[in-house]
Amino acid sequence: MRVGLFVPCYVDAFHPEVGQATLELLERFGCDVDYPFDQTCCGQPMTNTGCHKESKATEELFVRNFKDFDYIVGPSGSCVNHVRNNFDAVEQTDEVKHVREHTYELVEFLHDVLKVDAFPWAEFPHKVTLHNNCNALRGLNIASMTELREKKFSKPRDLLSKVKGLELVDITRPDECCGFGGTFSVFEEATSARMGQDKARDQAKSGAEYVTSSDSSCMMHQEGCARRLGLPTKYIHIAQILNGARA
Amino acid sequence: MSIENQAAPTTPAGRTGDGAPANLTHGAGASVTMPPRGPEPQPRGAIIRGNHPIDQQEAARRFMAAPQHLAMHDQRLWDLRQKRDKQKDTIEEWEDLRQLASDIKTHTLTHLDTYLEQFERNAKANGVIVHWAKDADEHNRIAVDILKSKNAKRLIKSKSMLTEECGFREYAGDQGIDVVETDLGERIQQLDDEAPSHVVVPAVHKLRTDVAEVFARTLGSDPNDSDVSYLTEQQREHTRPLILTADAGMTGCNFAVAETGSVVVCTNEGNADLSANTTGLHIVSMGIEKIIPNLNSLAVFVRMLSRSALGSPITQYTSHFRGPRRGAEMHIIIVDNGRTDRLGLEKFWTSLKCIRCGACMNTCPVFRRSGGLSYGATYAGPIGLIIDPTFNRHKYSTLPFSSTMNGSCTNVCPVKINIHEQIADWRQVLAENHEIPAFKKSMMKAAGALLASPRLYRASLPMADSALRHIPRFMLYNRMNTWTRGREMPSVPKETFHQWFKRTRGKDGKKKS
Ligand code: SF4
Repeated sequence: MRVGLFVPCYVDAFHPEVGQATLELLERFGCDVDYPFDQTCCGQPMTNTGCHKESKATEELFVRNFKDFDYIVGPSGSCVNHVRNNFDAVEQTDEVKHVREHTYELVEFLHDVLKVDAFPWAEFPHKVTLHNNCNALRGLNIASMTELREKKFSKPRDLLSKVKGLELVDITRPDECCGFGGTFSVFEEATSARMGQDKARDQAKSGAEYVTSSDSSCMMHQEGCARRLGLPTKYIHIAQILNGARA
Repeated sequence: MSIENQAAPTTPAGRTGDGAPANLTHGAGASVTMPPRGPEPQPRGAIIRGNHPIDQQEAARRFMAAPQHLAMHDQRLWDLRQKRDKQKDTIEEWEDLRQLASDIKTHTLTHLDTYLEQFERNAKANGVIVHWAKDADEHNRIAVDILKSKNAKRLIKSKSMLTEECGFREYAGDQGIDVVETDLGERIQQLDDEAPSHVVVPAVHKLRTDVAEVFARTLGSDPNDSDVSYLTEQQREHTRPLILTADAGMTGCNFAVAETGSVVVCTNEGNADLSANTTGLHIVSMGIEKIIPNLNSLAVFVRMLSRSALGSPITQYTSHFRGPRRGAEMHIIIVDNGRTDRLGLEKFWTSLKCIRCGACMNTCPVFRRSGGLSYGATYAGPIGLIIDPTFNRHKYSTLPFSSTMNGSCTNVCPVKINIHEQIADWRQVLAENHEIPAFKKSMMKAAGALLASPRLYRASLPMADSALRHIPRFMLYNRMNTWTRGREMPSVPKETFHQWFKRTRGKDGKKKS
């Protein structure tokens, strides 16, 4: 199985360890992983701002980079959701359709495609609370949603339950958006920061030592808010926990 | 037009049982304790500067700078969302009901002419006088003409978003008609000369100390007494005589049933009945999208409306007005005001399915933190973001950006409007029509060019020895670094993933041992 590793721009720049953990994890499960050198971004920042035309060339580049893989896997629900559900600035050729249908967020890839049932190397003896990125939740449906009347499920919880010693705790508003929102975080800075601070307080109140998520962008924002408030909570990507990070 | 209610019927404080308005707790935030140094002043809404695009963020910032208002507002509305969730959990077929409600609305909206004509025929047969108004002006003129023809000087009116949309109160006031709102929250807003901030709970952004201030100023009550019973009593004592001596009544319409020609209004205070039945003249303002085919479909909406809005199974009153009482007159003004144009918008017409339950506002994390008045438009919150630009594309061009597009609104919407997707679609329409600020557009152009070129992109990344070591240029959006106002910057690692990969694996991707 040839897997193209998709490392979103902010993971590349700020959280290389998340890309590394994703790569190693996929290799542990026998995937033939390659990292296309010419990748940049999925185009979401422009589309998110309404500028689809401005996103077209970036989306085309993404397709050129990833069209030859069986699967494309990235540690970010938000970017994957963009590729799968909103990749409309490019002409919908067969190649584009292939890329859209085969791009997976790491958690759903492990859960649905590889159907992983154990992470023997993983042990994380800490109290952890889970944050689901809104796009991963409501766009990719990695877990059931509190607004809907539906059967409860959670793919990231399933995976974390296989990690030795890890104790999951809940916050009071689990599905509440943290306010990152892509360019929203810069253009509507005050609301964004306030939402992030409220989220960080809720997380700290839960008694969790760590927050984990399958999306670094939300966590980068939340961590920035927690630091500003002087809260002790630590933030770690789910790929790192599943890959055996100890702390 | 929605539930004429300022409080969930289960809240304990305030007067009930004698026909008095329920209580103030929802609008007035009774649970928030006061600081020692006098009450926190109420933050006001967006500053309106003619046709200039609304600066929602500026108003939101002021709202968030008022900690008691912010905490009360966020918690009140979140409570409503949680009550709504509990109600949803009691109904096994909830998701089927949402689908059914959506289907009924879609069907009706695609057969609007048929149903409106059927409605008109049946209403006329019931003895109702039916008028058609193409816009707000025509609606206002027709209503005032009816009032003048009856020599009516005072109009009692129950809450209606359509009349807000038409600016009716102001128009009627200019024509010498004294309009008295009968919904408690709406009355508070009227006395304060402020628009409703929420379609269901119009004064939800006010603390009870704010209400005390408004009543002291307008009704002469004690400014230092913000006791809920006291305030309710003051309002009641003042307003009841006005109601009893009114010359005409006006209501909105939650649902217009084509099959029977009747209009249905849902309230918790019974104030629609008060408005409709106290005088010999009842005028109904009705938007064309309020039409539904029959009583069977009404049952679907009645099951969903109050559950979605307030988390109560049903409103205290579901009043059916079929025709005039003996010796009285009943008029229905059927209003378009841009709705048929909206119906023609391929991506946005389904926003007409809206039943104004307010659930999308209650769940919206941006709305809860910025208050409905920060949007500077008749319709606030998620539904406002997608219909306000149809009224004025320029003035409301900024609103679709006041959202993280997290999608919770779409999930709670009882008629399944894809609100967050329409917000994204509006952004595209606005960007393509030059209705986003030029600096934003040029930033996005620059970002697009940069991200389409691996070479330029790599060169923009932070390097240990570069002046840009803190954040990549494309994320800075040309030095517009607002990030650090409320947050710390992420720290920059020694090398990017890209560099790490190249160093440890080489271009062939094989592990170096
Ligand atoms: S858009 Fe949906 S949730 Fe929002 S007010 Fe209308 S019906 Fe209610």
